Amino acid sequence: MVRKEFFTGMRDTFPLLLGAFPFGLIYGALAVSAGLSAPAVLAMSAIVFAGSSQFIAVGLVAAGAPVSIIILTTFVVNLRHMLYSAALLPDLKNLNQRWRFVLAFFLTDETFAVAAGRWRNSDDSPYKHYYQLGSSLAMYLNWQLWTLVGLLVGSRIPDAQAWGLDVAMVVTFIGMTIPYVRNRPMVMAVLTSAAVSLLSWQLPYKLGLILAAVAGIAAGVSMEKIAMMKKNREVEP
Amino acid sequence: MTPIQEILMILGMMAVTFSVRYVLLAFSGRFTLPENLERALRYVPPAVLTAIIVPSVLLPGGQWDLSPGNAYLPAAVAATVAGFLFRKKVLAASIVSGLVVFAIFSWLIPIAS
Repeated sequence: MVRKEFFTGMRDTFPLLLGAFPFGLIYGALAVSAGLSAPAVLAMSAIVFAGSSQFIAVGLVAAGAPVSIIILTTFVVNLRHMLYSAALLPDLKNLNQRWRFVLAFFLTDETFAVAAGRWRNSDDSPYKHYYQLGSSLAMYLNWQLWTLVGLLVGSRIPDAQAWGLDVAMVVTFIGMTIPYVRNRPMVMAVLTSAAVSLLSWQLPYKLGLILAAVAGIAAGVSMEKIAMMKKNREVEP
Repeated sequence: MTPIQEILMILGMMAVTFSVRYVLLAFSGRFTLPENLERALRYVPPAVLTAIIVPSVLLPGGQWDLSPGNAYLPAAVAATVAGFLFRKKVLAASIVSGLVVFAIFSWLIPIAS
């Protein structure tokens, strides 16, 4: 059962590996040309393991930004991960501290999306954390591999959007969102998040993402509460 | 960048990234979440995913693009429609239809015209 959960987690993450690999490749290539040493390029992928902030750090290194600014920017860009750990909290709080430590280290957008779907599934498997671990290690190994390849190939690669490979991530995320859209509050949450994301995408440091998510959550919760109040009023008289 | 600066940068980035990911989990066994927060958390995955999807589809490369040349758009529409039609196999339906439509719009149509 443990092994099955682990490998299913890896398998379900596969489409997202396709989405992540060009970014790993380009990160490796860009980081070298920005002037980072090869060990630093690899170490950043190995111990920071956060794609978008690694990209931004490389951009800041190239622009000659001080270390303090790079670290602060990383913090802001990764704040969204707190939303993820908050969402997984009801599921992960029953695990021991070592498991939480390990799963927190590996918590990325992709693994969150895949694992949240598994935790949400109502079967009572006691090994769902192995599923998340499988997804985590698949993402991790993939990222290290393509960082290394990017480093070796250098800067002779066109950008990911020219390749069109990031579309794999987009359509996978769509398939992951649809199962949630079952009632009006969820529809409201998704539509609000979509609208705010389009109004706020120009905000720096991916703050627009956080803003859109918070707005969507607030809209969904409000609608759910209104629906509950209406129901209560109908019962009372 | 000097080697010392590189080491400081990477350790600092690791510290803030891991803290953000771990802080809630570290203390999670010691308190129970308020009901309102648990309710709100159920909306986190669809809200975050949507906030990633929508700009990537309508603003690929950070520019509004509603033209037929933006292959992300028909791909996303196909993935959404297929996902709702085949709810039992939603993930496979969305991925396959999205990728096929993307391939048609980004490669075949430009070649044919």
